[in-house]
Amino acid sequence: MRHLLGIEDLSREQIERILTTADAMLEISQREIKRVPTLRGRTVINVFLESSTRTRVSFEIAAKRLSADAINVSSAGSSLAKAETLTDMALNLAAMNADLLVVRDRTAGVPQMLSERVGVPVVNAGDGCHEHPTQALLDAFTALQSLGSLEGRVVAIVGDIAHSRVARSDIYAFTKLGAEVRVAGPASMIPLEVEALGVKSCRTIEEAFAGADVIVMLRIQRERIEGALFPSLREYSQTFGLDSATLRLAHPGAIVLHPGPINRGVEISPEVADAEPSRILDQVTNGVAVRMAVLYLLTGGGS
Amino acid sequence: MAKARPESGFGANAGRESLPETATVVLDAAGIERATRRIAHEILESDPELDDLCLVAIESGGIPVGELIAGHLLELRSREIRLGALDVTLYRDDVIAHGRRPIPRPTRMPFGVGGKRVVLIDDVIFTGRTIRAAMDAAIDFGRPAAIQVATLIDRGHRELPIRVDFVGKNIPTARSQKVVLRRRPEGELEVVVQ
Repeated sequence: MRHLLGIEDLSREQIERILTTADAMLEISQREIKRVPTLRGRTVINVFLESSTRTRVSFEIAAKRLSADAINVSSAGSSLAKAETLTDMALNLAAMNADLLVVRDRTAGVPQMLSERVGVPVVNAGDGCHEHPTQALLDAFTALQSLGSLEGRVVAIVGDIAHSRVARSDIYAFTKLGAEVRVAGPASMIPLEVEALGVKSCRTIEEAFAGADVIVMLRIQRERIEGALFPSLREYSQTFGLDSATLRLAHPGAIVLHPGPINRGVEISPEVADAEPSRILDQVTNGVAVRMAVLYLLTGGGS
Repeated sequence: MAKARPESGFGANAGRESLPETATVVLDAAGIERATRRIAHEILESDPELDDLCLVAIESGGIPVGELIAGHLLELRSREIRLGALDVTLYRDDVIAHGRRPIPRPTRMPFGVGGKRVVLIDDVIFTGRTIRAAMDAAIDFGRPAAIQVATLIDRGHRELPIRVDFVGKNIPTARSQKVVLRRRPEGELEVVVQ
């Protein structure tokens, strides 16, 4: 594995190798001295051309806990503002002997394109509506913490499936790990061909939640789509929102995941977001460990 | 996380390194029992109260040895013995310098080592590089008053200035040979040379 561009490209064994490594990385963040010398002298450049707090900080912390030097580049104030092409910018960063590039862009396929042109490993930190592989890995990791195994477990993903890179990566990750995946959301947000990915498309939240072990609530990207794909947030919340009443439809002991940032009162009610089944903050903690595992494995020279 | 890994980390290693045909047993279960008991007595001689003792077993071969030594000390003193498990993969010089990427195991150090006497425990000492990495790793959990080393087997060929404080058995070996602590199918431990 030289790059991490999407979960679609990974085998189950490769996913498990990353998650097993993350299991060991998790403990490092609980120490008083949260650092190991493994990537001493290596340089990781985070190229974030779309806004992000959580993911960028998570990658930066992951690199630093492994003793790598982490440099952040954002589109504002970068040479992209001077109309340098993305490829030229990436080639220049690689020419400064970067050991790995982490790339987020609002266009699908950018990390893939760069991985073919620059001679260093590339990690996709989210590309348009395509994939967000490290989010799916941390979702699977968090689910495994609670459930032990995903074989035969039911995972319900609710929200804007069509425009969500998290949904796409989660579908690949959870199905490859043996889970049954269901998706639900307003008809305008469910791709027609979604069942070709091996998931069940549900009309209602009741159907999706019945017996579910893991519930993934996606963020409604209100800034982008309100009015276009469903009539109102209020109606969305009443039909597809998660609150303590709808949660009761799921399997007892089911856990709730959300990639963040959450819209309280839209896709998830505050009493669920802050309650026992919620693993939303564990996801953030685990995200650092998963990204440490990815950086560790990809800086090894492809072996 | 309950997957892909047996309860004791040691089991996985034992399976991977099965050496059935040309392997010679150099220490059988009874020998291992005697050697670890003697090491426990020696640890007691140098600190009869065990107040400051922290046993730190190195993943993965050091784990069963650490459990045996801790068991003997418990029998001799009937007091709680601190036993941690240290994975040194992320501190290894070949991992840092050459980009080798073995899968690390979780470290479990449920106590601080500041001001304590740390005894690092491994199954076999060879080049000394594992112990070097383990010293660095242990120091990340505090500043110990002292660090000592206990191993079941010392097979020689040191590449670093590292010595052993408590040894079960010295075995002369050729550099190319392999010395492995493994668990027989019936569950008994043995050390073999290939």
